[in-house]
Amino acid sequence: MKKIEAIIQPSRFDAVKSALQEVGVEGMTVSEVRGHGRQKGHTEVYRGNEYTVDLLPKVKIEMVVSQALADAAIQAILRAAKTGKIGDGKIFVTNVDEAIRIRNEERGETAL
Amino acid sequence: MRQILLRLVLGCVVLLGVLAPAALAQAPANPGTAPTSQVEDRIGKLEQQAAEARSSGDNAWMLVCAALVLMMTGPGLALFYGGLVRKKNVLATMMQSFILMAVITLLWALFGYSLAFHEGSRFIGNFGYLFLRGVGAAPDVDYAATIPQQTFMVYQLMFAIITPALITGAFAERMKFSALLLFMILWSIIVYEPMAHMVWGKGGFLNASLGGVFPTLDFAGGTVVHVTSGVSALVCALYLGKRVGFPKEPMPPHSVVLSFIGACLLWVGWFGFNAGSALAAGSLATSAFVATHFGAAAAALGWAGAEWLRNGKASVLGAISGAVAGLVAITPAAGFVGPMSALAIGAMAGVVCYLMVAKVKNWFGYDDSLDAFGVHGAGGTLGALLTGIFAAKAINPIFKDAQGIPTAVGLIDGNARQGLNQLVGIGIAWLLAAVGTLVILKVVDVVVGLRVSEEQEVQGLDLSQHGEEGYNLEAQ
Repeated sequence: MKKIEAIIQPSRFDAVKSALQEVGVEGMTVSEVRGHGRQKGHTEVYRGNEYTVDLLPKVKIEMVVSQALADAAIQAILRAAKTGKIGDGKIFVTNVDEAIRIRNEERGETAL
Repeated sequence: MRQILLRLVLGCVVLLGVLAPAALAQAPANPGTAPTSQVEDRIGKLEQQAAEARSSGDNAWMLVCAALVLMMTGPGLALFYGGLVRKKNVLATMMQSFILMAVITLLWALFGYSLAFHEGSRFIGNFGYLFLRGVGAAPDVDYAATIPQQTFMVYQLMFAIITPALITGAFAERMKFSALLLFMILWSIIVYEPMAHMVWGKGGFLNASLGGVFPTLDFAGGTVVHVTSGVSALVCALYLGKRVGFPKEPMPPHSVVLSFIGACLLWVGWFGFNAGSALAAGSLATSAFVATHFGAAAAALGWAGAEWLRNGKASVLGAISGAVAGLVAITPAAGFVGPMSALAIGAMAGVVCYLMVAKVKNWFGYDDSLDAFGVHGAGGTLGALLTGIFAAKAINPIFKDAQGIPTAVGLIDGNARQGLNQLVGIGIAWLLAAVGTLVILKVVDVVVGLRVSEEQEVQGLDLSQHGEEGYNLEAQ
């Protein structure tokens, strides 16, 4: 099992979600987060006072998928989230030891 | 109006005289024309009915205006200021406006109205209207001849409420609630009521139509409301000092959306403030309404345009701040200037107030948190000066010579002396506000202490002063 964590531009979220559903990813957890990588922030001006905002809004999608599905899911995210500009985000992939469905205590890939 | 009615009635009587003999010929049993006394009775009745109709029209308008002016404080100003502070201070900031709706009302009922509007010395009224004794349905003919004095009293109360509320922008996010209450009670008595008496009260030192020494033109409160509150705001900002972390920590407005709603409510409420200051529903109210609206529009464009030139973007906060600045500046002029003058006054106010808050404030480095001085102090002073220039007898023939013929009002009209009168009025407003506020701050500082502790300030006034939070995002 692999955990895929993708941090993407909020504007690409709907496209990424559909792409993931098309390749068969059934569940995901989504959070609105703020952060920055190489992308510089922007400045805001209120009554002549400038404020630099360097933490920008992003969407973080987390999902755990079977080994077989992992590559397809990563390709789907890349396809849908890429605009080619700085700030498109990142994907992190990690191994997962165990998954347990709380309702009936199923374990392993059947619990996904 | 009265004369026209009288003529109409007389005309009817003459017509009756011509037709009656013919009617008599047809119906000889008719007892004949009515005796003269009966006709006079009917004319008297008609006159009374006409006066009552006018009074009820004016009274309806003035009660609506009073409600509009209250709406400027809550929710207008409360939202405008509430949006400009940080999240942790939103409730405390709104409360600072709201609580004045209650506190000042009490003061006004007990003795505030009397000090401002009863005859007295040139500088303050006496206690003749203590507990509102004698303030009832009968009009005070010197102030407003067609509405109950009680309507005039409650309308003026709304001005007494919003004026101190404007100051709260200067010490936002750092003043104790107890200190605020004590400060505002003293300020209303020591600064507002004397200033209102001098400019608007009978025999006041600066009164333009009821026997003042230096007739200062102030239609709806440029000096009484905006100069006093703006200058006091500056003194407060200097005396209290900067907020913890200012100017290193970023303190952007937490919701320009709230400020936007507040500013739009202020704009609408200002029609009650300025057009209502005609104290009747006649053409002067229309003229003031139009001038008010035009001033706000030109100033919104002036501020946003200046910002666009300097920063490359016209901001929403800039546009709404400009509108408020224009409304401030047109306040003293509203019932004295025509539409084109109003556009000029508004445009100047938008640009000047923008430079005040974006440039001048940074040069001096004081922390007037929500720009109460930059907008109200600067805008009010500018407006009061420009009133002396643009006021026209064609709009409001307030000055008359011995024969009762209207004379020039402002500088463009040909009355060069009015500039001096305006300067005296502005000077007195500055002096009274600055000295009065400084003394009050000293007293309050000694009695209860002005500022919250640093720990409380960092925590936010919502929690530390009121035990609440504006946004309970965890609540289900």
